[in-house]
Amino acid sequence: MSLSGTYDVLVLGGGNAALCAALDARRAGARVALVESAPIAFRGGNSRHTRNLRSMHAAPEDVLTDAYPEEEYWADLVKVTGGETHERLARMAIRGSAACRPWMKAHGVRFQPSLGGTLHLSRTNAFFLGGGKALVNAYYAAAQAQGVDIAYDTEAVDVTLEGTRFNSAIVQQRTSHHEIRAKALVVATGGFESNLEWLREAWGEAADNFLIRGTPYNKGRMLRVLIDKGAQAIGDPTQGHCVAIDARAPKFDGGIVTRVDAVSLGIVVNRAAQRFYDEGEDFWPKRYAIWGRLVAGQPGQIAYAIIDAKAMGRFMPPVFPPLKAASIGELATALGLEPPALEETVARFNAAVRPGDFDHTVLDGCATEGLAPAKTHWARRIDQPPFFAYPLRPGLTFTYLGVQVNDHAQVIFGDGRPSPNIFAAGEIMAGNILGKGYLAGIGMSIGTVFGRIAGGEAAYRVKDGTAHHGRT
Amino acid sequence: MAALDDLIADAQRMLRICNACRYCEGYCAVFPALERRLDFSEADVHYLANLCHNCGSCLYACQYAPPHEFQLDFPRMLAEVRVATYRKYAFPGFLGVLFAWNGLAAVLITALSLLAMFSLVKRDAAGSFYDALPHWLMAGFFSLVAALIVVPLVAGARRFWRDMSEPAAGGVVEATRDALTLRYLDGGGEGCTYPDTRPSFARRRFHHLTFYGFALCFAATCAATVYHYVFGWHAPYPLLSLPVILGTVGGLGLLAGPAGLVHLRLRRDPELADPGQNGMDLAFLVLLFLTSATGLALLALRGTSAMGTLLAVHLGFVLALFLTLPYGKFVHGVYRAAALMRYHIERKRPPPALGAE
Repeated sequence: MSLSGTYDVLVLGGGNAALCAALDARRAGARVALVESAPIAFRGGNSRHTRNLRSMHAAPEDVLTDAYPEEEYWADLVKVTGGETHERLARMAIRGSAACRPWMKAHGVRFQPSLGGTLHLSRTNAFFLGGGKALVNAYYAAAQAQGVDIAYDTEAVDVTLEGTRFNSAIVQQRTSHHEIRAKALVVATGGFESNLEWLREAWGEAADNFLIRGTPYNKGRMLRVLIDKGAQAIGDPTQGHCVAIDARAPKFDGGIVTRVDAVSLGIVVNRAAQRFYDEGEDFWPKRYAIWGRLVAGQPGQIAYAIIDAKAMGRFMPPVFPPLKAASIGELATALGLEPPALEETVARFNAAVRPGDFDHTVLDGCATEGLAPAKTHWARRIDQPPFFAYPLRPGLTFTYLGVQVNDHAQVIFGDGRPSPNIFAAGEIMAGNILGKGYLAGIGMSIGTVFGRIAGGEAAYRVKDGTAHHGRT
Repeated sequence: MAALDDLIADAQRMLRICNACRYCEGYCAVFPALERRLDFSEADVHYLANLCHNCGSCLYACQYAPPHEFQLDFPRMLAEVRVATYRKYAFPGFLGVLFAWNGLAAVLITALSLLAMFSLVKRDAAGSFYDALPHWLMAGFFSLVAALIVVPLVAGARRFWRDMSEPAAGGVVEATRDALTLRYLDGGGEGCTYPDTRPSFARRRFHHLTFYGFALCFAATCAATVYHYVFGWHAPYPLLSLPVILGTVGGLGLLAGPAGLVHLRLRRDPELADPGQNGMDLAFLVLLFLTSATGLALLALRGTSAMGTLLAVHLGFVLALFLTLPYGKFVHGVYRAAALMRYHIERKRPPPALGAE
């Protein structure tokens, strides 16, 4: 589609936050264009790989059980971020998450009960039937039906400003450039996790060994443009949602299936065949988000989860079959590790395991003694052949470096003042709320709530030309 | 059978992806069933493929669907496995080859059936059907054909069931309910994404017209049999008699249903389809349609001189339909019902105890 004339609201990006912004701006009567850098088959950014929305609620609703009050949601966020969050914006996302579901359903999203293996999320997270791609498809269908102009395969590469006021955007379609004028801009172009050069700037050479779990289209181009033009950056470029995934996963776009949930049932060693962290520190759902950084800190950014026959079949089945051997020495050879080194690590671990009643569903008393680092729960000897291994690499899902926004989703510029007509939503501003750590499903809460705020505010200001205070 | 081995291996690869993802769990029975497994045997692959109603929803929801490098076209793969199931469990085994050339086979069988009926039926006869073909011959011949086609259908179902290693049969009530309502032909509640991405119940409705039209025509035959043998009332029956009413209503369903299914089928997304099955699917639908059309024409013109010829044509299509039942699309109902039975047996067992992800 060719976009011409002057739009009321131009939305850059094509994932959840962008679509929420476009839909609400359109509903407010604005003429809206949405520019997605990916081709239609890969539209939707990282939202394509998501599966649920962490949602505050006072009583059982939709597919959610029990209640998840604001204070508990807030406490969970403080715990994972270590307090590196912006309370006002965070509470807006939390409260807004309660009102999201009816709006989502009205735009074609359907929910399903929490999936097999995710019962621990049935109270807090509402799962999308079919996952994030089904959600994205529903939103695109709704946007199309409501008359939003959509351009695929079109990447925003620059903006022209007057001071901090947005004037026009330059977009690239194949080799040609076009200028799109609009009265307001919503930037929802995601983070920079698939920009390998930028990752290298942030992480050094270690970045070369990262796998990008999400879309290959999040190059961070508009993030760079906004920061270069004076928008206030927020967050640390090395922070993001990074989990340990199967090293055999594709470089980009492997998504959910590449995760390996065997860590707490065995040991994890680096390429020197040495353990480096307590594999049984806490329940896996509370710890999976730290293992990406842990592996990133190891030489060569590689590690190996090792289990024995006792553990097989007790965790979510990974997509790639494990490496399998009759002895630890053979397993080491298969992994390219020094057999004596791995044999010694396993022998020392086995010798340190204290007797206890193994129970994977509770923080059991099975721990090691006199071993550094200790394994504090679910420690069982690795002694029953065959032995299995899954190679692990850091799998970057999304980055937290972003632009600062206020509670109207307006982008804050260097002098601390908000732009009158530039708004940001989704991953590009999630760093305001997520300084570090991750809470499953909060990305979609932030994207939906701030997407809707950004779209609504943009449309409102176009009509009125005035600030709109007191919106909740 | 290198082709079958490759197909099964690719199915196993895809099933591992689905089992690690699980986003489609709420769409139908296939996903909860696959989540009960950590590995997938060949028998599992056949079972899961036949549990799939090809509603299409999972393809459009799939983050790994082509052009993603995982090339996960789940409904198409399952469709390819289904025809492999039909071939594998065909009885007698050598007739499994009929599934490979099904469209051609159906055309040849139809031609031979028409030829047979043209030579049996006295086409210039006037008056009752039985002046054109004696009742004993008509009833005897078609009873023999019916008995002949039940054998391969039952044998196929038994072999399929045996390979699934279920200790006992069960789930009959739930499976019957699911089959009669086409419960899983609904894309998880909103309708199938068939023939394209917009959810719709069109396919389920046309399938209902086809199935219940077929059932009513069968009921008409049963009613006529009772009339003939119990009451001694002989055809032709008046327009307001039970056999004619049932047959007419059923026949209309068998016109609208197959016509609608063909219409949807021609418009469907090629990603959902296994093009190798076009002949098989169309042959069955066209035979159903022609059987009904010629039957209704016979009813309308039974008092004219065309009766004999129309009777020959109608019986020719009926014979062709019957002969192709065990070696065509019809068998999907047999394997689907068996798969649904197994699903309901399995559902009563506890799922595997996996740790939280």
